[in-house]
Amino acid sequence: MMDLLSVEGVSKRFRGLLAVDNVSFRVARGSIFAVIGPNGAGKTTLFNIIAGMFAPDRGSVDFAGERIDALAPDEICRRGIGRTFQLVRPFPALSVEDNVVIGAMLRRHDPAAARRHAREVLARLDLFGKRHQPASALTLPDRKRLEVARALATEPKLLLLDEVMAGLRPAETDRMVSALTELNREFGLTILLIEHVMRAVMALAARVLVLHHGARIAEGAPAAVVREPAVIQSYLGAEAVD
Amino acid sequence: MTSRLLDGISHRGVALLAVLLAVLLAAPWIANDYLLTVLIIVLYSAYTGQAWNVMMGFAGQLSLGHAIYVGLGAYAAAALYVHFGIAPWLGLAAAIAVAVACGAIIGFLAFRFGVGGVYFAILTIAFAEFARIGFDHFQWVGASSGFFLPVANYTRNDLWNLRGDPTMFYYVMLALTVAAFALCHVLLKSRIGYYWQAIREDEVAARSLGIDTFRYKMYAAVLSAGMTAVAGVFFAFYYNNLFPEQVFHISRSIELILGPIIGGIGTLFGPLIGAFLLTGLSEAMQELLSALGFDAPGAKQVFYGLCLLVVVMALPGGVWPWLAGKLRVTRRDP
Ligand SMILES: Nc1ncnc2c1ncn2[C@@H]1O[C@H](COP(=O)(O)OP(=O)(O)O)[C@@H](O)[C@H]1O
Ligand SMILES: [Mg+2]
Repeated sequence: MMDLLSVEGVSKRFRGLLAVDNVSFRVARGSIFAVIGPNGAGKTTLFNIIAGMFAPDRGSVDFAGERIDALAPDEICRRGIGRTFQLVRPFPALSVEDNVVIGAMLRRHDPAAARRHAREVLARLDLFGKRHQPASALTLPDRKRLEVARALATEPKLLLLDEVMAGLRPAETDRMVSALTELNREFGLTILLIEHVMRAVMALAARVLVLHHGARIAEGAPAAVVREPAVIQSYLGAEAVD
Repeated sequence: MTSRLLDGISHRGVALLAVLLAVLLAAPWIANDYLLTVLIIVLYSAYTGQAWNVMMGFAGQLSLGHAIYVGLGAYAAAALYVHFGIAPWLGLAAAIAVAVACGAIIGFLAFRFGVGGVYFAILTIAFAEFARIGFDHFQWVGASSGFFLPVANYTRNDLWNLRGDPTMFYYVMLALTVAAFALCHVLLKSRIGYYWQAIREDEVAARSLGIDTFRYKMYAAVLSAGMTAVAGVFFAFYYNNLFPEQVFHISRSIELILGPIIGGIGTLFGPLIGAFLLTGLSEAMQELLSALGFDAPGAKQVFYGLCLLVVVMALPGGVWPWLAGKLRVTRRDP
């Protein structure tokens, strides 16, 4: 069983609009896989289907050898898929630490144990020093980090990251890239990320899927994908290829 | 257990709690009869406010019909006592069971079918109104002419049958208030309390972290209903008469939630502080008015309205968060 996640012929329509159009791909266990494409390409919708927010109109999603496309979001998380939201959704009135403690409680029912685990995760994402602040006080880049920390605290096998580098400075992007690389190497965490920051995609992903108008237009190693004419035309623009 | 109970409260906070408890324990020796009855009302409001707070303050589900649980608890225990001679402490089990069943039905209907926010609040009002109208025609418990418990002059306090003087009722209500406070404190520090707060803050995010939001909202609805029913049993045996028009009336549901709103929704001390402020100040005001020779019906309602206005304008989080900051009673690192 090499593939942790397998998406087969998935489509999703919002009234007239075909947001995801017959998309198939597989994510190997222990790999980092990126989804790129212009705004409105259907990337977030694809994530929401995997995470159980929407049922697909057609197609199937298999995780760790079991079909999950009819399951509720909380059940999918319990099976081992953690996700972030592109439009961040912290628990605003709670402290940064308590946000993460709630994630950690999925696998650790004892609050003290959950708190210890939460602090390790916070340290990993450079949020330890801000753990007592209310989540509502964080800047947007920190809220993105908090999204990652909270999802990570549920100890997923597969982590879905929706544009978590957006708004980060280059140095911060590099920190996030190395944090994710460490998680991947140390724990074999499989990561599926949507990302516009090509520098992060190139550094992290072994494979890239390119979506346009909901459909797959390319898939392969990042270096190869960014040279495909269809990708350059629809998304990257000629200057991005060097 | 004691360490768990005092988790997250600073030494100053513990000291303040101890002083407060000591004063409340000594109150029957210090206070006159009138003050004691006021204190009973204060504690009753604090207790019911705490019960409502579990649902709204912790889990974020706005109930505007909590009088239904007071009423069901009151009628259940009173009916068992009057018709079958069953003591209130046994009747309590039936009272809780009936309220829990009702809370579960309302919760199931709302949470299974995604009824939230204002619509949930309206659903709770509707149920309380159904109950009011239903009990108005429920002959077995006196219908609209009221249901009465036998009152006699008791030579001694009968705690088992809850027949006795105000001092006995005072201590019963104090014990209930302390128990509710301790229970809520422990719950808030455990997994269920964290999950409730997650649901209150953002239900979609909570689900994405593996929380079965339906189940945890049901826990809140059922626990809050059961706790409130206990107050209903007290109400029946303290006042000895029940009228559907009074116990189930929406104004009762509103009165019940004013304390925690003024004290601070979602805080442990809010219902307590709110009850003291509202009941204490409104009684003081009425005393003052009658001492000055004014007879002002409705003054209490106007006063409640003013209190609410002041708090909403000046301290939107309630009195407690502001007061806690002044007193430095919350601890950061548990
Ligand atoms: N819940 C929704 N209801 C209706 N339309 C939606 C919804 N979510 C996304 N869409 C539409 O689907 C298309 C794809 O959106 P999205 O998946 O967010 O794209 P991306 O993440 O690639 O920018 C967009 O046209 C968007 O407006
Ligand atoms: Mg998106």
